[in-house]
Amino acid sequence: MTATESAPVEVDVDTDEMIASRRRLLDDGKVLRLSEIDAEQVAGDIDDERMIINMGPQHPSTHGVLRIMFELQGETVVRSKPIIGYLHTGMEKTAEDLSYLQGCTNVTRMDYASNLFTELSFSLAVEKLLGLEIPERATWIRMLMTELNRMSSHLLFLATNGMDLGAVGMMLYGWKEREDVLRFFESVTGLRMNHNYIRPGGVAADLHDGWEDGVARLLAGLPKRLDEFDILMTGQPIWRDRTQGIGVISTEDAVALGATGPILRSTGYAWDLRRDMPYLAYPDVDFDVVVGTYGDTFDRFAIRLNEIRESMRIVEQCLERMPSGDYRTDDRKVTPPPRARIDESMEALIHHFKIFTEGYTVPEGEVYAAVESPRGELGCYIVSDGSPKPQRMHIRGPSFVNLQTLPHVLQGGLIADAVAVISSVDPIMGEVDR
Amino acid sequence: MSAPIDIDALGITTSSSRGQKVLHPNSDNYRDTVVACMAVGYTMCADLTAVDYLDREGRSVADGVEPRRFELVVNLLDMAGRRRLRLRVQLDDGQPIPSIVDLHPAAEAMEREAFDMFGITFDGHPDHTRILLPETWVGHPLRKDFSMGRIPVQFKDAPQGG
Repeated sequence: MTATESAPVEVDVDTDEMIASRRRLLDDGKVLRLSEIDAEQVAGDIDDERMIINMGPQHPSTHGVLRIMFELQGETVVRSKPIIGYLHTGMEKTAEDLSYLQGCTNVTRMDYASNLFTELSFSLAVEKLLGLEIPERATWIRMLMTELNRMSSHLLFLATNGMDLGAVGMMLYGWKEREDVLRFFESVTGLRMNHNYIRPGGVAADLHDGWEDGVARLLAGLPKRLDEFDILMTGQPIWRDRTQGIGVISTEDAVALGATGPILRSTGYAWDLRRDMPYLAYPDVDFDVVVGTYGDTFDRFAIRLNEIRESMRIVEQCLERMPSGDYRTDDRKVTPPPRARIDESMEALIHHFKIFTEGYTVPEGEVYAAVESPRGELGCYIVSDGSPKPQRMHIRGPSFVNLQTLPHVLQGGLIADAVAVISSVDPIMGEVDR
Repeated sequence: MSAPIDIDALGITTSSSRGQKVLHPNSDNYRDTVVACMAVGYTMCADLTAVDYLDREGRSVADGVEPRRFELVVNLLDMAGRRRLRLRVQLDDGQPIPSIVDLHPAAEAMEREAFDMFGITFDGHPDHTRILLPETWVGHPLRKDFSMGRIPVQFKDAPQGG
C-alpha cells in the first residue's frame, strides 16, 4: 500500500450490535472505578484475598508520573485504572493568555518526545482559521522535520521498551541513536527539544547550509543500527516470550476506546492519518503503513521499529525533492517585515513591534486539525473570538485516550507483564496531563 | 433497541466551519444524534471537550441555534468513509447532559476531563470524578471566571503598606 492508494470504503454499521458490544466493554468490570477513599477501605479488608496496589506515580516503568491502581489476586491483575494528573500544569488555560505567535512555545512542551507534532497541529489549525496558504518549501521542511521527530520518538520508545523488560543494552543504543537525530534538530532549530520551530505561517528559520549532509549522515548510519536492533530484540527468544500474546486488544475494542496510532495498527487495521486523511505533502511521497496482526505488545514494538524505516523513506524523498523558495509565508499579517526594511521604514518597525507585542488577530471561528503523531491522532481544536489570543485551545492528546485501553488489556495478565504492556502504549505524560 | 435513527429525520441544524461539517443538536436529541451518526459510519469518538463562552453569549452560532454559555464539542470520526463531523451542543451553566460513554467508551476520560475543567455534569457516567485535578480541588479551572491566581511582585524600593 502506498500513500496514493486510498479510496473511501462504504460500510454498513449495525448500530444495535455495536452499541451492545460497547456496553459489554463498559460493564465487563475490567476498570477499577474506585475513589481514593473506597480504595482505602477495600485495601484495609484483610479477609479478602484481593489487594489493591499502586504502581507509580514514581515507578521507573510508568514513563514519568503515571499511576496505575491495580486490584490483584495473587500476581494476576483483576481490575485496574490509570490515574493521571500528576503533571497537570493547566497548559490549555495558559494558552488562552498567549498570542497565536506565542502559542507554539506552550504546546511544544506537551508531548516532549515528539514536540514538532503539537506545533504542527496547532499551526495547521491557526492557518485554517486564517485561511493561510504556506509556501511549498515550508510544507516540505515541516514534513522532513516531523518525520525525523517520529524517528527520534520511536527510537526513544525502543530504548525505554527495552529497559522496561530488562534489555538494558537496547536502552543505551536507542538513546544513542536518538541523540544523533536531536543533534541535527539542534543544528536547525537551536534546541534539542521544545523547538518552537513550526509556527503559523511556516517555520521559524530556513534549513542551514549543509543540512543535506546532516540528514544524509543520519540516513546512512541508521539502517545498520536498525538491523542490529532486529538481531538484538526482534529475533531474540526471551524478548518474544515476554511480548508475544501479551496485552492483546481487538480492532473493535481499539476503535471503541478511541485508540489510534500503533495500538490500532497493531490489530491489523491500517489507519494512518498521513495516508487516510492527508495533510502537508503526504500524498506526494511513497511510504507504507505498517500494520500488525495480533494486537499484542510484540506487534506494537515491531510496528514502531519498522515505522522508523518508513520515516527514513519519507525523509529520503524530502532530501531529494526539497523545493526552493520561502520557508514562511510572505503574508504580512503573520510574518514580520524583513530586517532590512525596519532600518528604512518607520511603518515597518511599528508593524514588527505590533506582531511581537500584541500579536495578529485571527478571524472568529472554530476549527479542528489533526495530524498523525508517533502515538496516534494528535488534534488541536481552536476557538477564536477575533482577538490575538484564542478563546479556547484544546489538544486531543493521543496518549490521553490510548491510556484507556490499559485496564482492558491488563486484565487476567500477570503484574510483571503489565510493565511490558504499559511500556507498549508509549504514553508521554506531558501530553496526557497537559 | 430501536432501529437506527436517520440523521436527517432528527431535523438538526447543520453548518460548516472552515469547510468542516458541524451539527448543532440540543441536549435532548444529543444522544439520538450520536447513535444516528454511528449508523452512518461515525464509529469513533475522536475528541470530546467543552468551551466556555462567558461574555460572548450574544454570538451567532448557526441559524435557529440559541447560543448558551457552554458548548460541548464532540469530534466524531468515520474511519471507513474518511470524514469527520463535529457536534456542538449548547448548554447553560449547571445544565446536565446525558453521557455517551455507553455508546463511545472512548469518551469516558474525555467526559471526566470536561467535568473536571468546566463543571459540566454527565448523566449516567460510570465514574463521574475529577481526572486531572485532585479530588479535593475547588472550582473548574477552564471556566472563564476562574481566577488565574497571581503572586504579587515585591519591588525592593516600593513603599511598604501602600
